[in-house]
Amino acid sequence: MRTKSVWLLIQKDILLELRQRHAFYGVLLYVLSTIFVLYLTIEQPEADIWMALFWVTQLFICINAVAKSFLQESQGRMLYFHTVVSPAEFMTAKLTYNLLLMTVMNTASLLLFLAFMGDPTTEALRFFGISWLGSAGLSLVFTMLAAIATKALQQASLMAILGFPLILPQLLLLMRLSKTVLGESFATSSPLEVVMLLLALDISVAVLSLILFPFLWKD
Amino acid sequence: MRLAWWKYLCIILLAYDIIGGLLLPVPRLPQLQETIRNLYYHVCMWFTMMILLTASVVHSIRYLRTLQEAYDTRARAYAQIGVWMGMLGYATGAIWAAYTWADPNNPAYASFGSIVREPKLIGAAMALLAYFAYFVLRDSMPEPERRARVSAVYNIFAYAMLFPSIWIVPRLLPSLHPGQEGNPALNFNDIDARMRVVFYPAVIGWTLLGVWIATLRVRVYALEQKNGSHE
Repeated sequence: MRTKSVWLLIQKDILLELRQRHAFYGVLLYVLSTIFVLYLTIEQPEADIWMALFWVTQLFICINAVAKSFLQESQGRMLYFHTVVSPAEFMTAKLTYNLLLMTVMNTASLLLFLAFMGDPTTEALRFFGISWLGSAGLSLVFTMLAAIATKALQQASLMAILGFPLILPQLLLLMRLSKTVLGESFATSSPLEVVMLLLALDISVAVLSLILFPFLWKD
Repeated sequence: MRLAWWKYLCIILLAYDIIGGLLLPVPRLPQLQETIRNLYYHVCMWFTMMILLTASVVHSIRYLRTLQEAYDTRARAYAQIGVWMGMLGYATGAIWAAYTWADPNNPAYASFGSIVREPKLIGAAMALLAYFAYFVLRDSMPEPERRARVSAVYNIFAYAMLFPSIWIVPRLLPSLHPGQEGNPALNFNDIDARMRVVFYPAVIGWTLLGVWIATLRVRVYALEQKNGSHE
């Protein structure tokens, strides 16, 4: 794998994002309007509900943001990439780019949540770390699923169907982890263990994507 | 009628499971009482499901390595029977839980709510949903070659994502379900010697039955393809 071509592919995605602003701002607007609607319906939710809303919003933002990463590549462009880069390079670039994109979206949505819906957490900085870990996991899993879904018809809805059962364990762990910033303690295990587990899951998703993507790539 | 030796073994083991499972002595535990016999059926369903889904993934891997359609048909058949076994496991578990976990002092819906939140049940639901998604994915692609390839990739990805989390996550969350510290029923201290005599043969018997049904399905698919009708 050549790092240079990976870097070029990431640059290309960022450049495209900056040129066609409607996509990037579209997702940002989606974030903003979702949170605004939530704010209008329940102004200051309880801590538990705040957490639930945050993670659900995060999940849908991720589906929206990541889905287009493969959908925007036309058949012809994919053929071109096929001739110039290896599948592992292409997948690494996509994974990294979506990770960056979700980091931005996660920061934006967390700030908006704190601004509109109040701050139920005792340690906002720690929760920022947890939410980043969560969005990293979401972006990796959904990148691979987007790659699978582009091969099938009805791509966007299929991605959600394929993704929900797979992301559920991670979401459960994240919710559990988020409760520590609400002052709840763990009954059976330490928070650090869960963090390590999530990191291990993320790494295994990335490795699996790199192994399996070449089979999706050739047509 | 001539059958392969393992098919006779399957018949004998399942007959033993049903007769022995219902008649042989079992330990009397408070609350469980005679319902403990359900262990011979309920737990076996999950074992069989995991073994068959593993077989399905192995065939998916072999498909990706060789690109022979026969492996894809097998992966599909094993996944189907595996999901069936999972649904039977759900059904036997639901009946069992209704008599042992449901709190008679609580209204039915309140105790139902707490049962559904059981980590083991969530894990089982996730596994079944993922495989339903696998079948939806298959049906969304008309070309057989692409369908085989993409669904094999999803099968492997889903399996590798789901099964570790099904085994790990429940251990981190509080649960009523037995087997918090390890694999339920695999632990030698968990299960009484009298029950092991029936339980282990039963697992083998049900697994053989699942494999038997799956091989029949594979043959049906092969015949359908020969006659040119699709699915």
